[in-house]
Amino acid sequence: MISPDDIKKIATLARLYVEEKELEKLSSDLESILGYVSELESLEIKHQNKSSENSENLINIMREDSEPHESGKYTESILKQAPRRKENYVVVKKIL
Amino acid sequence: MDIKKLTITEAASLLSKGEVSSQDLVKACISEIEKKNKDINAYLEVFDDALAQAKMADETRKKGNNSASTLLGIPLAIKDNILIEGRKASAASKILENYVATYDATVIKKLKNSGALFIGRTNMDEFAMGGSTENSAYGITKNPYDETRVPGGSSGGSAAAVAMGGALGALGTDTGGSVRQPASFCGLVGLKPTYGAISRHGIMAMGSSLDQVGPMTKSVSDCEIIYDFIKGRDPLDSTSIEADTGSTKVSDLFDTSNKKHTIGIPWHFMEKGLDESVVNNFKEIIKKLESEGVVFKEITLPSIKYSLPTYYILMPAEVSSNLNRYDGVRYGFHKDGLSGIDDYLETRGEGFGAEVRRRIILGTYVLSAGYYDAYYNKAIAVREEIKSDFKQAFSEVDAIMTPTSPTPAFKIGEKSNDPLTMYLSDIFTTPANVAGIPALSVPSGFTEVNGSKLPLGIQVMGKNHSEKILFEIGKKIFP
Repeated sequence: MISPDDIKKIATLARLYVEEKELEKLSSDLESILGYVSELESLEIKHQNKSSENSENLINIMREDSEPHESGKYTESILKQAPRRKENYVVVKKIL
Repeated sequence: MDIKKLTITEAASLLSKGEVSSQDLVKACISEIEKKNKDINAYLEVFDDALAQAKMADETRKKGNNSASTLLGIPLAIKDNILIEGRKASAASKILENYVATYDATVIKKLKNSGALFIGRTNMDEFAMGGSTENSAYGITKNPYDETRVPGGSSGGSAAAVAMGGALGALGTDTGGSVRQPASFCGLVGLKPTYGAISRHGIMAMGSSLDQVGPMTKSVSDCEIIYDFIKGRDPLDSTSIEADTGSTKVSDLFDTSNKKHTIGIPWHFMEKGLDESVVNNFKEIIKKLESEGVVFKEITLPSIKYSLPTYYILMPAEVSSNLNRYDGVRYGFHKDGLSGIDDYLETRGEGFGAEVRRRIILGTYVLSAGYYDAYYNKAIAVREEIKSDFKQAFSEVDAIMTPTSPTPAFKIGEKSNDPLTMYLSDIFTTPANVAGIPALSVPSGFTEVNGSKLPLGIQVMGKNHSEKILFEIGKKIFP
């Protein structure tokens, strides 16, 4: 059972403000979705140790950390998107 | 020239013969958009330089010798979660309302190189979360075949744009069926390629182990043309692969010219919840293909019924981490709170719509310490079972066929209040994303419901890198 209080706690962890009146609906939505996905519990896993058999393409892709672009080339276009900026900084509230 | 029916292949031939110009094509599309977009709401924005782009394409053609690419001067519609440098890209979310892309997605760069032009950006479910395009912050999109019905989703704007004659083709994205299902609802062809076959650099991430870009077109050949232009390994997307190395091998293995295809049908997966019109249409197509020499075989995929629940654990888990980047600091919408942390809560609480919030919360829940093993880890293990089932099946058959959607396009509002009912309409499309295999949806006919002719679609799935085979079979279903 997922209570509206649980929803509130999870939402805060996800940095998401949820209005009080929405909590009830969200807890019943989650309840029904989780009820459905719990079907998985009944499936017995046969290939637990054989996952590499299906994952032959899973390899790490690396790239040389080299050839940087010219410094400052994208600064203006990127900073232009910031809701608040001061010169070449984005502005946030004091945290200390 | 009927712009609603004109394919890219036909347009390219008219352009090369000099019978139409790219400007004619764009004018014809814009005239349809002016007539219909007010009601359909397929486009969030029609680019004011569309005609100027066409003029440039026409000039390029005049200057060049006859080696112009098939896509030169072809107007395409682009889903709003794909970045085009200098243009708005909002993923139909309030949180990115005025965001302007600072670079081109690789697929856009490749299309620009091909000479294609972009007529506008299309509506979608916010951050591609939904199956009906009812979850957009900028209003719902309606189905051009029946405006009381949804166009499907999440790439519903792209589907409606092409179906109403507002573009010759479009790009969508597909995490659990978001290219194939709207293609099916709007009478189009839609491809979800092999995982990694098309670069995702510059595509807004939703579920990174599932997301792919795909073309939406009026014919299978058109779909193949766009796919061939945008596929391939991209150093900027480390999950991308060289689609060609795979497909060259596959085309050797399956010499399609003189081999009879064997198609598997998992009848056990189609027992419940299907509209009668869908079942009848599916059987008719089987009969038609049988008469053309295709061999059908009943197959069993014991774990396939677990694809949808697996998907609805993995996808929200990935959503909850991918959408952390929308913090109101670096770009997009910002709402002030009492403190720094309050800024995040307020910005995200107001910037995200209801479905996005629901999935972030669901994803955070299944990843939380007490439930991680029961949900997320279990889903990861089930995913391997599903892949293994498909692998086994593809040792016996060349492709697997199902309907694309259990029903034709449903009514606006019919499922929007009950998320689980909405999720269940992804039943046939999610397995391909969970397994990473390619799947093509092709139009298979129409059904008449209360006086409206509604399109139906059939899905053909294949093993990794078997897009060529899917196109071959697709052309038989929808010549």
